[in-house]
Amino acid sequence: MAGKTLFDKVWDAHVVQEIPKGPGVVYIDKHLIHEVTSPQAFAGLDARGLKVFRPRNTVATVDHNVPTVNQELSIKDELSRFQVNKLSENCRNHGVDLYGLNHPYQGIVHVIGPELGITQPGMTIVCGDSHTSTHGAFGSVAFGIGTSEVEMVLATQCILQPKPKKMRINIEGKLHKGVRAKDIILYIISRISTSGGTGYFIEYAGSAIRSLSMEGRMTICNMSIESGARGGLIAPDEVTYDYLRGREFAPSGTDFDKAVEQWEALKNDPDAVFDKELHFAAEDIRPMITYGTNPGMGTMIRGSIPGEEELEIESINSFRKSMQYMDFRPGAKIEGTPVDYVFVGSCTNGRIEDLREFANFVKGKKRASNITAWIVPGSKQVEKQALEEGLDKVLEAAGFELRQPGCSACLAMNDDKIPEGKLAVSTSNRNFEGRQGPGSRTMLVSPLTAAAVAVTGKVTDPSEMI
Amino acid sequence: MAIEKFQKLLSTAVPLPIENVDTDQIIPARFLKATTREGFGENLFRDWKFDKAGNPREDFVLNNDKYHGSILVAGKNFGSGSSREHAAWAIYDYGFRAVVSSFFADIFKNNSLNNGLLPVQVTDSFLAGLFKEIEGDPNTRIEINLIEQVIRIPAKDISEKFDINPYKKECLLNGYTDIDYLISIMDRIEEFERNRT
Repeated sequence: MAGKTLFDKVWDAHVVQEIPKGPGVVYIDKHLIHEVTSPQAFAGLDARGLKVFRPRNTVATVDHNVPTVNQELSIKDELSRFQVNKLSENCRNHGVDLYGLNHPYQGIVHVIGPELGITQPGMTIVCGDSHTSTHGAFGSVAFGIGTSEVEMVLATQCILQPKPKKMRINIEGKLHKGVRAKDIILYIISRISTSGGTGYFIEYAGSAIRSLSMEGRMTICNMSIESGARGGLIAPDEVTYDYLRGREFAPSGTDFDKAVEQWEALKNDPDAVFDKELHFAAEDIRPMITYGTNPGMGTMIRGSIPGEEELEIESINSFRKSMQYMDFRPGAKIEGTPVDYVFVGSCTNGRIEDLREFANFVKGKKRASNITAWIVPGSKQVEKQALEEGLDKVLEAAGFELRQPGCSACLAMNDDKIPEGKLAVSTSNRNFEGRQGPGSRTMLVSPLTAAAVAVTGKVTDPSEMI
Repeated sequence: MAIEKFQKLLSTAVPLPIENVDTDQIIPARFLKATTREGFGENLFRDWKFDKAGNPREDFVLNNDKYHGSILVAGKNFGSGSSREHAAWAIYDYGFRAVVSSFFADIFKNNSLNNGLLPVQVTDSFLAGLFKEIEGDPNTRIEINLIEQVIRIPAKDISEKFDINPYKKECLLNGYTDIDYLISIMDRIEEFERNRT
């Protein structure tokens, strides 16, 4: 029998029962919930007269729907306020810990899990949000679920799930100057498409992945879902342990050392077999940007939009629709395109390292006059750290301001909406039609590229500016 | 919540020959503020259906009276992106009971099955044929037989088998839900918890 992959080891250790010819019953260690995808699940529980089975294993916060200014005040939008209040009520009734607005731990659910040490290697983690794949950066099996499944986890701490196939993506070599984790994942998705990962769990490996910080690894795993994959993961190593040591909910003292001993076993057996394996060279990756309306429509900033002759025949309709929406021409160069908005934030790139990168770049420079910029920390902890490091002052001197934590313009459920027709360069994860507001146009980039665009006012390759 | 049983469906269909339809298009984020499962149908494909002023976009298929029925036939990689179950709720609430495509995103597929909405995955060539038939005659009736796992156009003798997980098939045929199953094995779950500590 072939050896086990890292993914097999974590998954198999959580299977409570296999249903013949059916999915497995998978036990969930940590369940993260937020205001948007949980109310109907709690309503389902209430209708059955059930209580949350293991309330200590669920953690709640508010992020999708919250304002990023004046959080101290009551939320103006009535429906948003109702939804946020509903979460408080549900958590109270069911004994679930809630990091609500103005709590020092509040923030984007995929930012707070890791920074509080809730996310740990070897765990199964789910959340009613597709970017739950972020937590895989720690060598956990983490994936997004629907609301019916949220209800299952609340009621039984389990879900029924077919075991995904396994893919490994290896990136070997040294990254070019100006190439960041975001560029790596945009490059991967541009190569395998938004459905290339469907049915798989992806393990990212190779020297270029090992060289990344935990923040960078989270950015990579975060966007696994944009390739269609259920999740992504990276084997834990010293970088992982160093990040976790001393975090609020991580084991401490000798317990931490014992945990590390167990986490050390979380790697592929030498004879482990993947269903699919891909290899990319780090040297082939340059700063990336998307030009279309799905995250697979990306190219290097110095590149061009493909021409129709490069496409499969059945994709032409969708491509034309996308070009029409973006108001771009097939075959056109991208660099130099004037930009209206810059958004830095989200569960993809709203961590302290991302804010530092942006602030370091704009330090001593000025925001371009045609740019409106929203810089949104991923959590209260990130905001606090940014203030302690004086990043707010650096930003202010360059003509930017730091807002308050939340998902913000990534999905524009709150007031942070890019106006119709405006072009935004964004560190978030999706460039779908209307994602950042009805009629808004989005180009996805790294925080470094976002900083270059914010000071030049147009699409710019940051490589030559650092 | 129980789901409606699904065994056989005979209906005309609505064609949406666009690839990579993401769940943000199916139901835009600004309509996710509700706390119940009902009523999402009226905002299904909201920004494709209506312009900024709220006027129907005449070129969108849901505004075209020629096409109707409880089957949605869509391009490859349907339901990608966000895990919002609201997408499946919206499609179901609008009146569809099955979605046919040559490829589905994983989470959307699970969400659909959990709500009694059947995702039918067919080959690219069969899908191309379906679009041709429906566009040629909007009154073309399509039969989806879950028991036999066959989709066919009875008038044309065109058919194809489709796959579905046997467990999920049983659930749909009988209106069973995963949560009922999980609750029925609580003893086993607690035993698992005891054994791992």
